[in-house]
Amino acid sequence: MREAAAGFSKPVLLYSIGKDSSVLVRLARKAFHPAPPPFPLLHVDTTWKFPEMYAFRERTARETGMELIVHVNQEGLARRIDPFSSGSALHTDVMKTQALKQALDKHGFDAALAGARRDEEMSRAKERVFSLRSRSHRWDPRNQRPELWRLYNTHLREGESMRVFPLSNWTELDVWRYIEREDIPVVPLYFAALRPVVRRSGTWIMVADERMKLAPGEAPEMRRVRFRTLGCYPLSGAIESGADSVPAIVREMLSATHSERQGRVIDHDGEGSMERKKQEGYF
Amino acid sequence: MPAGPPAAGREIRAREDRDTLRFLTCGSVDDGKSTLIGRLLYESRLVFQDELARLEADSKRHGTQGDDLDLALLVDGLQAEREQGITIDVAYRMFSTGRRAFIVADAPGHEQYTRNMATGASNADLAVVLIDARKGVLPQTCRHTTILALLGIRHVIVAVNKMDLVDWSREVYNGIVAAYGDFARRLDVTDVACIPVSALTGDNVTEPSAAMDWYDGPTLLQALEEADVSADREDAPFRLPVQWVNRPSAGFRGFAGTIASGSVRPGDAVVACPSNVPSTVRRIVGPDGDLDRAGAGQAVTLTLADEIDVSRGDILASAAEAPGLSDQFACHIVWMHENPLLPERPYRLKIGTRVVGAQVTAIKHKLNVHDLEHAAARTLELNDVAYCNIGLDRHIAFDPYKECRETGGFILIDRYSHDTVGAGMIEFGLWRGSNLTPHPLAIDKPARAAQKNQKACVLWLTGLSGAGKSATANAVERRLHAMGRHSYTLDGDNLRHGLTRDLGFTAADRVENVRRIAEVARLFADAGLMVLVSVISPFRDERRMAREMMEEGEFIEIFVDCPIEVCEQRDPKGLYRKARAGRIRNFTGVDSAYEPPEKPEIVLKTAEKSVDEVADQVIDYLARALDS
Repeated sequence: MREAAAGFSKPVLLYSIGKDSSVLVRLARKAFHPAPPPFPLLHVDTTWKFPEMYAFRERTARETGMELIVHVNQEGLARRIDPFSSGSALHTDVMKTQALKQALDKHGFDAALAGARRDEEMSRAKERVFSLRSRSHRWDPRNQRPELWRLYNTHLREGESMRVFPLSNWTELDVWRYIEREDIPVVPLYFAALRPVVRRSGTWIMVADERMKLAPGEAPEMRRVRFRTLGCYPLSGAIESGADSVPAIVREMLSATHSERQGRVIDHDGEGSMERKKQEGYF
Repeated sequence: MPAGPPAAGREIRAREDRDTLRFLTCGSVDDGKSTLIGRLLYESRLVFQDELARLEADSKRHGTQGDDLDLALLVDGLQAEREQGITIDVAYRMFSTGRRAFIVADAPGHEQYTRNMATGASNADLAVVLIDARKGVLPQTCRHTTILALLGIRHVIVAVNKMDLVDWSREVYNGIVAAYGDFARRLDVTDVACIPVSALTGDNVTEPSAAMDWYDGPTLLQALEEADVSADREDAPFRLPVQWVNRPSAGFRGFAGTIASGSVRPGDAVVACPSNVPSTVRRIVGPDGDLDRAGAGQAVTLTLADEIDVSRGDILASAAEAPGLSDQFACHIVWMHENPLLPERPYRLKIGTRVVGAQVTAIKHKLNVHDLEHAAARTLELNDVAYCNIGLDRHIAFDPYKECRETGGFILIDRYSHDTVGAGMIEFGLWRGSNLTPHPLAIDKPARAAQKNQKACVLWLTGLSGAGKSATANAVERRLHAMGRHSYTLDGDNLRHGLTRDLGFTAADRVENVRRIAEVARLFADAGLMVLVSVISPFRDERRMAREMMEEGEFIEIFVDCPIEVCEQRDPKGLYRKARAGRIRNFTGVDSAYEPPEKPEIVLKTAEKSVDEVADQVIDYLARALDS
């Protein structure tokens, strides 16, 4: 992180409100203590996050004193893109991928720190810690800079930018153990509670607000569930779980039989779908 | 807020050093490397049910194992590779057992992707080398082992794979072990363990093999769990490359970075390098309160007892065991880019947290990584390994790579594309670098120029052969002379009879040609002259090098811009005709590239204007630029 702060003229921390972002913010504050981190937080808001996430975002900004920039793709809003009628693929593309590019271009950020990890998904296993993006924010997996030792090449040509992943070599379990040890606050949705949910394509989708459209015959039921990853609520599947504290989550993790992104609807959009999204500029 | 940067360091250390083994797998294309890693993940039950379901579907579509699971698909992450059936890049995978956590770098077996192997090796403690039992020790096996040795990996596990295809034969296995041992000994790789396995069936991967009861050593997983790689970096001398100077207020100046080797306590005597200014560590700062000790791998912030000048790129080091200082090194270089390395071409070099200008001053020899023979070379191509001398534009602090990876390993960065083009390991500093000090001259450049009533400058005319460089230079110099200016013209063609007569026209020789001419131009400018340089100088890098040798504003790049068709039609020396006939090789514009300037000070359109017109254009520019 210090390398990113020193090597680029205008870095930003991509803040997704999730647990990895919480860890990232903690690490940033520690790396620059006693000074505040020399970059702002950027949240690319699809407007479809859980209400608890928005509350947590404001709390984080307040408690850290870091500048928080929120970007919404206004064009997407105007086109009334939503995850239900537009489909998850279009929604993600317009409200996340395109919105992120807009935000980076608008503010002229040349480096974006984010919490992605190599253990999350196959295409991420080959991602660099400092990952180059072209002028149009594309990722070229065949033309990546070799990364030797801890020597990161931070030189850019005009218009190029860098994505920086300090948590590359962490696993989901590492993240939770760190949250436990450091007592880092996270969104309450990670903890099990009774929540109104409906069953869709093998996962539990929470009825988070009144915009949720129910299919004929669908009725929300109360289940004890928690989330392993958080995104747009219509696209984030919950798991049934009794783990209502960080130590309980760590215990649950140790006996987990499913990968973390199981609840992510967008990963299943087609084979190699994440790799394709990344090439187009998705994180 | 609890905890601080040292705590973050502890966490990472706990993950990476104490109970995490970082290892690298390497082998040839069809050795079954991906299958082996897939097997390790599968057997250590790290494959989740949803991944398994996807794997079953993928196996049917792409798999090479009929209806069985194709474990390689767990590892071959990128779609393009799946389609080609090969791994093309370094992939990192994590798994753990009750005894240890592992980070696996999967390095490619494909010969042209060797650079990725070096990348994987740079962060690994141990390597698993796969050998196909049917094929034995291949050239790639030797290549990989050489690179492992160069990058300082001393622990190797040789997995002789596909034993099922040689009837579990002990003789075949023993033959391979002996052949590999012979090669490894020559490289000083001493800790070699060999294991006969079948990744496909799982024999000796995680469970002992019933088919090979003649083997009584550990399984691969046991060997990985038990490998002792704890060469203690904390016993080495203290080194902290300064990454960030933390100045939240006037009263606080902290030096932040990750400790490369050794350990530190408040009160320790340290020295800032390369300035060699001594001080004492006052505090190891953390938000939780100060620490009384920190060691290798920890990210820390230190404050010092004295107000000394330390900035990013410097190294704080143990005063008793300070690092070496030099601006010239003998080193090994692994070339990683399609564009060849050219001696004397300027690159950026990053070592620790410092970035400096660097040129390879000599390629001593290329190393044939298959048989370790030395060969002469004038350039380095992708995947070449060579022993070189390298010169920097300033002194840096360093340790030999063998003693410390962090302060002895560097990368080379291209100045235009900014690609990482090479990696190097310092062997030792060259004495001549550290013992030469420039002798200050009594009369300086402004004094010399003032006596001639002018400002020194270098007018650098670049362009194709026949574009009109020399004619323009003559016309400009005649005008300067008439104005009472003192000037001289360095003409590329003329100099080839003397200063540069030992050079040819290959890319490497062109770089050296331009370097020499630029050095002479610099000296003439230092003498207070207005220097005209007329040389094709086809590459941007070298023109930039020339620019950077001069003072700010002194270098005036003049692009003599004439379409090649016109040059070819003029063909004053008949060279284009010869080149087209194939009688001259490496002719710029015909079979050798010309890179036009991006931001020249002056562009002369010699196809549209007369020599007198363009010469006036130059004089007008000089009147504005130098007399202002």
